[in-house]
Amino acid sequence: MQIVVCLKQIPDLQQIRIKRDTREPVLEGLPFLLGDMDKNALEEAVRIVEQRGGKVTALALGSPKLRDTIKEALAMGADEALLLIDPAFADSDTMTTAKILAKAIEKREYDLILCGEGSTDNYSGQVPSRLAEILGLPQVTYVRQLEFTEGGLRATRDMEEALEIVEVSLPALVSVTSEISEPRLPSLIQILKAAKKPLQEWTSEDLALSAHEVGKEASSLEVISNLAPEQERKNITLEGEVDEVVEQLTDAFTREGVIAR
Amino acid sequence: MAEILVFSEKDEIAFELLSKGRELKEELCLGLAAALLGQEVEGRSSQYFSYGAEKVYLGESALWVDFYVETYAQALQRVAEEGGAQILLLGSTKRGKELASRVAQKLGAGCITDVIGLRLEGDGLVADRYALGGNTVASEVIKTERKVIAVMPKTFEAFPLEDGEGQTVHLDLELPEPRVRVVERRPKEGEAVNVEEAEVLVCIGRGLGAEEDLEMIWELAQALGAEVGCTKTLASDFGWLSEERIVGLSGKKCNPRLYVGIGISGQIQHTVGILGSKIIVAINNDPQAPIFKIADYGIVGDLYEVVPRLAERLTPP
Ligand SMILES: Cc1cc2nc3c(=O)[nH]c(=O)nc-3n(C[C@H](O)[C@H](O)[C@H](O)COP(=O)(O)OP(=O)(O)OC[C@H]3O[C@@H](n4cnc5c(N)ncnc54)[C@H](O)[C@@H]3O)c2cc1C
Ligand SMILES: Nc1ncnc2c1ncn2[C@@H]1O[C@H](COP(=O)(O)O)[C@@H](O)[C@H]1O
Repeated sequence: MQIVVCLKQIPDLQQIRIKRDTREPVLEGLPFLLGDMDKNALEEAVRIVEQRGGKVTALALGSPKLRDTIKEALAMGADEALLLIDPAFADSDTMTTAKILAKAIEKREYDLILCGEGSTDNYSGQVPSRLAEILGLPQVTYVRQLEFTEGGLRATRDMEEALEIVEVSLPALVSVTSEISEPRLPSLIQILKAAKKPLQEWTSEDLALSAHEVGKEASSLEVISNLAPEQERKNITLEGEVDEVVEQLTDAFTREGVIAR
Repeated sequence: MAEILVFSEKDEIAFELLSKGRELKEELCLGLAAALLGQEVEGRSSQYFSYGAEKVYLGESALWVDFYVETYAQALQRVAEEGGAQILLLGSTKRGKELASRVAQKLGAGCITDVIGLRLEGDGLVADRYALGGNTVASEVIKTERKVIAVMPKTFEAFPLEDGEGQTVHLDLELPEPRVRVVERRPKEGEAVNVEEAEVLVCIGRGLGAEEDLEMIWELAQALGAEVGCTKTLASDFGWLSEERIVGLSGKKCNPRLYVGIGISGQIQHTVGILGSKIIVAINNDPQAPIFKIADYGIVGDLYEVVPRLAERLTPP
């Protein structure tokens, strides 16, 4: 079983600072992490290969920081990493991201492609579906459980009104929700071993893509503004013994007129 | 004439989109059409006309049974190309997001999903959506000629016309067999809760140690006349509350007069759902919890001490 897992590196969103005067987010200097659901997808892939044999390839498109970020994927059990790094790729939108990932995947053998349901920062869900479309693959979205059958896969999809059990043959693209697995915390030994695992890097040239087909130039979207919503909060901390703070709070409720009584 | 094409597998969302479409079409000088794809759709076009569709593309097929997105994407691509659709307005449900992405790729179009606002600015159609995990709202314009926009349910109000008439175009579609087969469907226990409309909302998070302790939360909710919501962890991972109650980026967006967050750290994916609250109260035993930054009133303390006292004080003797 050859599995490709698509992982995106994300700036640590818990640490974002918002500029007070302009409401602009400050992203400079933030550490990068792997996407949450991407890690769920990777964990699932590693477990499948542990049981059935095969290979897990971690595929990621991003900035040079990926060389460091991807180590976690290797420590978690990916057998190899394939990084797509090129200044020309910067500011790729969902359309160009899918195009670039597809070019890389087309050069490989695979039975199954796993993605997250949405990326932790953008959460558009577009990349996996566009990828499936380019590669001509059937896609199963919102998968919270995956089993193998003789002919392929049986997946449980988590839809709004029902759980849907579906079957599909391979090759296929599956995008997963966070319920599918609990990503493992790699041990020290696994972290050390990860350093020796194969890591390959491709640029636009390796993928036969020209600079105007990728990145900002080819982007189908233009961001007009990207600001934090306005929030004016009182930030009052109530202090004292439990009885005192509870009294202060109920007084505040009355003062604010927020509860009907 | 070039047109705006509306589709959603849920009629009520299609009506919301048509209502917004009526406003956009005037300013953009476009036609307004809808696609109605499914089984037994024949009789339903008149309703679509009453919400402003001038044309309904009707595709009746037995293959629509399981909402296999690939076939819907193929049908919409054809309708869009033949009808000259410039803007596709779709619903941003789970199926709708997948459909939007697929059909956009087929059409070589840019696409924005989870749209929470849409307006004309200059000559451009500007769509708003949450970005950076909910930290910001990004306003974006699609640069390709065709534009695919998937809008969150209830973003626009559906309002019917006094009289609506239009033309029905029967589609003769040759659809492939679905490549994904549905073998079973297990309906979720639909709970009739509507946390979005609650005036007072008590939300509980992972700070709660055990399912039994929800009792205490219900008591507080009752004392406050509140609805109970929760973080994703409590519903999706623990299954203690139904998913209808999840508040946040992938859950519900709420605008209560009063929100009380209990044992919730305040990660952005949750708090993005409560920004519309008039007053935010947080109860958490960690003074560093990020929720305090967006709270009007914060209590640093053990929820097991604070919640029962608060419920007691609010309950008339
Ligand atoms: C793409 C994406 C979408 C998501 N969408 C959503 C969404 O829509 N809604 C959502 O909620 N989450 C969502 N999440 C998950 C989200 O990131 C957080 O994991 C989740 O909100 C955290 O829930 P929590 O606050 O209950 O748990 P935690 O972050 O674990 O916080 C628990 C808090 O309880 C406090 N606590 C512990 N014990 C006590 C006590 N005795 N008394 C008082 N306080 C106590 C702790 O100090 C801590 O701050 C999403 C995540 C991703 C990646
Ligand atoms: N730059 C990227 N590199 C690798 N995989 C990606 C990238 N962007 C998105 N993906 C994959 O596509 C999924 C959905 O992303 P999105 O379309 O941004 O919501 C992610 O969970 C990843 O699995």
